[in-house]
Amino acid sequence: MSETNSDRQRRGDRESAFYLFTQQRLPACKPVLTPPWVITIYFLVGFIFVPVGLFTLRASHSVVEIEERYDIECVPSQFRNDKVSYIQDDSVPKNCSLLFKVDKYMKAPIYIYYQLENYYQNHRRYVRSRSDQQLLHGRNFHGTSYCQPLESSNNRPIVPCGLIAWSLFNDTFTFIRGKALLKVNRTNIAWKSDRDHKFGKNVYPFNFQNGTWIGGGKLNPRIPLSNQEDLIVWMRISALPSFRKLYGRIEEDLDVGDYVVVQLMNDYNTYSFGGKKKLVLSTSNWLGGKNDFLGLAYVFVGSSSLTVAIVFMLLHLRSQR
Amino acid sequence: MKRYVYINDNESSHKLYCDNRISNRKYTVLNFLPKNLWEQFGRFMNQYFLLIACLQLWSLITPVNPASTWGPLIFIFAVSASKEAWDDYNRYFSDKKANEKLVWVVRQGIRKHIQAQDIHVGNIVWLRENDEVPCDLVLIGTSDPQGLCYVETSALDGETDLKTRVIPATCMGIDFELLHKIKGVIECPNPDKDIRRFDANLRLFPPFIDNDVCPLTIKNTILQSCYLRNTEWACGVAVYTGNETKLGMSRGIPEPKLTAMDAMIDKLTGAIFVFQIVVVMVLGIAGNVWKDTEARKQWYVLYPLEGPWYELLVIPLRFELLCSIMIPISIKVSLDLVKSLYAKFIDWDSEMIDYETGIPSHATNTAISEDLGQVEYIMTDKTGTLTENRMIFRRCCISGVFYGNESGDALKDTKLLNAVAVSSPDVVQFVTVMAICNTVIPIKSKTGAILYKAQSQDEDALVNAAAQLHMVYANKNANILEIRFNGSVIKYELLEILEFTSDRKRMSVVVKDCQNGKFVLLSKGADEAILPYAYDGQQTRTFIEAVEQYAQLGLRTLCLAWRELKEDEYQEWSLMFKEASSTLVDREWRIAEVCQRLERDFEVLGVTAIEDRLQDGVPETIETLRKAGINFWMLTGDKQNTAIQIALSCNFISPEPKGQLLLIDGKTEDEVCRSLERVLLTMRITSSEPKDVAFVVDGWALEIALKHYRKVFTELAILSRTAICCRVTPSQKAQLVELLKSCDYRTLAIGDGGNDVRMIQQADIGVGISGREGLQAARAADYSIGKFRFLKRLILVHGRYSYNRTAFLSQYSFYKSLVICFIQILSFWN
Repeated sequence: MSETNSDRQRRGDRESAFYLFTQQRLPACKPVLTPPWVITIYFLVGFIFVPVGLFTLRASHSVVEIEERYDIECVPSQFRNDKVSYIQDDSVPKNCSLLFKVDKYMKAPIYIYYQLENYYQNHRRYVRSRSDQQLLHGRNFHGTSYCQPLESSNNRPIVPCGLIAWSLFNDTFTFIRGKALLKVNRTNIAWKSDRDHKFGKNVYPFNFQNGTWIGGGKLNPRIPLSNQEDLIVWMRISALPSFRKLYGRIEEDLDVGDYVVVQLMNDYNTYSFGGKKKLVLSTSNWLGGKNDFLGLAYVFVGSSSLTVAIVFMLLHLRSQR
Repeated sequence: MKRYVYINDNESSHKLYCDNRISNRKYTVLNFLPKNLWEQFGRFMNQYFLLIACLQLWSLITPVNPASTWGPLIFIFAVSASKEAWDDYNRYFSDKKANEKLVWVVRQGIRKHIQAQDIHVGNIVWLRENDEVPCDLVLIGTSDPQGLCYVETSALDGETDLKTRVIPATCMGIDFELLHKIKGVIECPNPDKDIRRFDANLRLFPPFIDNDVCPLTIKNTILQSCYLRNTEWACGVAVYTGNETKLGMSRGIPEPKLTAMDAMIDKLTGAIFVFQIVVVMVLGIAGNVWKDTEARKQWYVLYPLEGPWYELLVIPLRFELLCSIMIPISIKVSLDLVKSLYAKFIDWDSEMIDYETGIPSHATNTAISEDLGQVEYIMTDKTGTLTENRMIFRRCCISGVFYGNESGDALKDTKLLNAVAVSSPDVVQFVTVMAICNTVIPIKSKTGAILYKAQSQDEDALVNAAAQLHMVYANKNANILEIRFNGSVIKYELLEILEFTSDRKRMSVVVKDCQNGKFVLLSKGADEAILPYAYDGQQTRTFIEAVEQYAQLGLRTLCLAWRELKEDEYQEWSLMFKEASSTLVDREWRIAEVCQRLERDFEVLGVTAIEDRLQDGVPETIETLRKAGINFWMLTGDKQNTAIQIALSCNFISPEPKGQLLLIDGKTEDEVCRSLERVLLTMRITSSEPKDVAFVVDGWALEIALKHYRKVFTELAILSRTAICCRVTPSQKAQLVELLKSCDYRTLAIGDGGNDVRMIQQADIGVGISGREGLQAARAADYSIGKFRFLKRLILVHGRYSYNRTAFLSQYSFYKSLVICFIQILSFWN
């Protein structure tokens, strides 16, 4: 019964991973998709996804959101036929007011967004036209060729250079409830990492919007870029042509029946390309803002998988093998 | 075209013919880079990728970092270039070794040690025992007094037995010293690659007496890369040198075989390219339109009012770059890598090692493994492939008496042993023919036992059987054969050998009995090559019966015959023979004609039956593969009956009630045509029945069918799942493979001998069995295996795996590329 050494060794060789590999005998497992298995899996997916979807939908519906388009209403009636000349005419006052009625109780913080539509922040020329190095190091960094076609004015590099910064959104909003001004918190609206690491603390926009081409908003040359949060928010470009950007937070609750008057400066030109401007007030919960998509997607996938499971089961019962 | 080689003439031929420098190199150090790049860019895919990579250097249009294309491109080029460079370096190294080897060559009448590359045509080269031959030589002298020497030709044709080579008659007996000064002219054909043929003439100049033209054959040559064995020294005149030797001429790069999958991938690539162009056009135009109508209004994009002239091209070119990855750049390289792994799996497989000989399977061609999984037709040889090719003498029939019928082994049949013991004249004659009518060389080993070096397994079996019947072929001393029979020594002088050819189907020797001075012709051959030439009045019926009976048992039969010659008859014929063997044109045919004059009026002595057992596992293998839907054809040079018997015994065809055999025969066109049509009709009728129908065709009918009724025969070939073709020549085997290939079937040819080489090369996949008939087939083949039964594993395991894996890999490659590409297009869409 004794095993000789060489026998043991040979057996050892036969079990070694390399031997098994060369003989194509490495252990492997592969699911065998028999009908019962497939039906079970589909049912499982359905039973998990549908409740998750319904739960998410409910959460989305609990978010209160007020949205108001203002770009048309804010144009005085005599300019309705030629909005572009209205926006480009500096002598015409641009102020305008909106009235919001609160239908549901809104708990603080209430987020204020401006929403732009048909605005291509993802255009190739636009996306590339910025210099991250310059935003961080300011005038110490000279290679601004990325910023084409807006890299310099009067032979000095613009800080911050490029199309994105140049086209900064510049409508402003103030909120009044009853007689009192609603307090709007405009700090901490940009990412902390952007403020700390991507925009320089010693970079001042000293020659911004001085050139021949006048774009969007101006910046206070005495505030460093890391504190220019509107700019930082704007420079996080959006992937889709219709997007919201954070403007500030109202840190008071709004009750049902409250009327909020918004005084706004309608400065930004979306008329030449037919874009839309909207103002959005929204509460938030664990899901974020109001968004039915996730919930609907869950419900859709879950219910279609249930349907498939039922169809398969019927087929399987009818013609069993 | 002829070449005249002046022996020992140092000037004249230097310029005419190349020196002996062997060069298999493709590149030199200087031209490697340009030539290799040129070759790689010859491929469409590479041109395409280079264009894309260049476009990416233009920063205005490139959507991604240029490194993402340049990186893989350079990597892929570096991989294939370094592989080429490594191969070429190895070739250079082995060439250098061969070129710088020192050899003895006569220069200005003195023997000198020079490098092999400096040998010129006409030089006399001296070789010692175990030396490698540096170029093709015509022998002019050896250490052997009879002018014999032995060479091993395994590097040339894979056969491991020793072959005898002999110096031409004129050079016989020239003194050792005089060989340095010999002068003369050899008239030989221009270099070709036929290693079995050398039709030349030699004429020596005075003072070397013989002013006659002396014929030279392949027997008078020793070819490059052979080894000199068992001979102290030999010398010869260089006739072909360098890359013009027979070996060098036959070297050539074989056409690479393309698999069905490769063709498919090429087609797909083309289709995707067209699709890509369409996508680029559509998206490019749409992009330009959008830019002009919409984007100009977007003030924040700040489009310049006037663009450069190429403005319209920018957007389409950007899309082209984005779409370029639709065609996967890596597919060729990854397929090559994966395929070499398949080949390795075949080499590694421990279940395909032939434990009798220790030979593992080997994949020579690494590129076609997945075709193994798509084989539809297998063409197989019989001898050595289905059978073991280990011949054993089993039965015989001498003058109408059957021996070995009861015990199945004639060597144990007491009747025969008694007949030998009492020296019954018929039996003694029969056994003598068995012993000496052959080209076997007996070699005495150190222990005193006699070993036979035979080129054919049948001869080996016969000589060994004769030795067991106490007729021992003991020694061959030049032309004197020594036979020991019952204690006495009988000597024969060997006068002529009429060699075996596949056309004549027989071989004969003429010997002179040294005891009584009689001239005798001894012959052996196939029954149809011997029995019709029996002398008038001899009853050959019993022999025909014997042949049939043996064939029924699946035994190989040979008929033995002899004839006494009158001396003047022999002398007269000998002159004609000599003349025929020195002709330069149609020598083979002339010799056959002359031989025919002598080989007649035979006294048929008897019939031998040699058994060739089936290899292990052959029936099971064939049955499994047939169940897998693969059709089998058996192509053999053997007799119809033997072929059918073997076919029955290895499940090739089913016996009567279940199966049906249809014969195609006939000697004339009409007969063949009629029988072809009859068979085709039956085949069509029975094609719906669950019946195994096979057709049998012999070489003669096949010849006619292929020549005149190709269409009908092709139709028949498509209908029939099984066929047996017997008495076919190597070229007919290749023609049959060609025929099936032309019908778009994937064919696999399997064989073991030199006669299968053409079929193996012709087929989509050639499998060689490294068997007893040498390694010739295994060398020419894409895969070599030790036994037929491994074919099952090769096709059903390795073929299937390879096919599945390649299919998965290439599909996945394309899928992945398309997905990445569409994501990029979508993200760029805006």
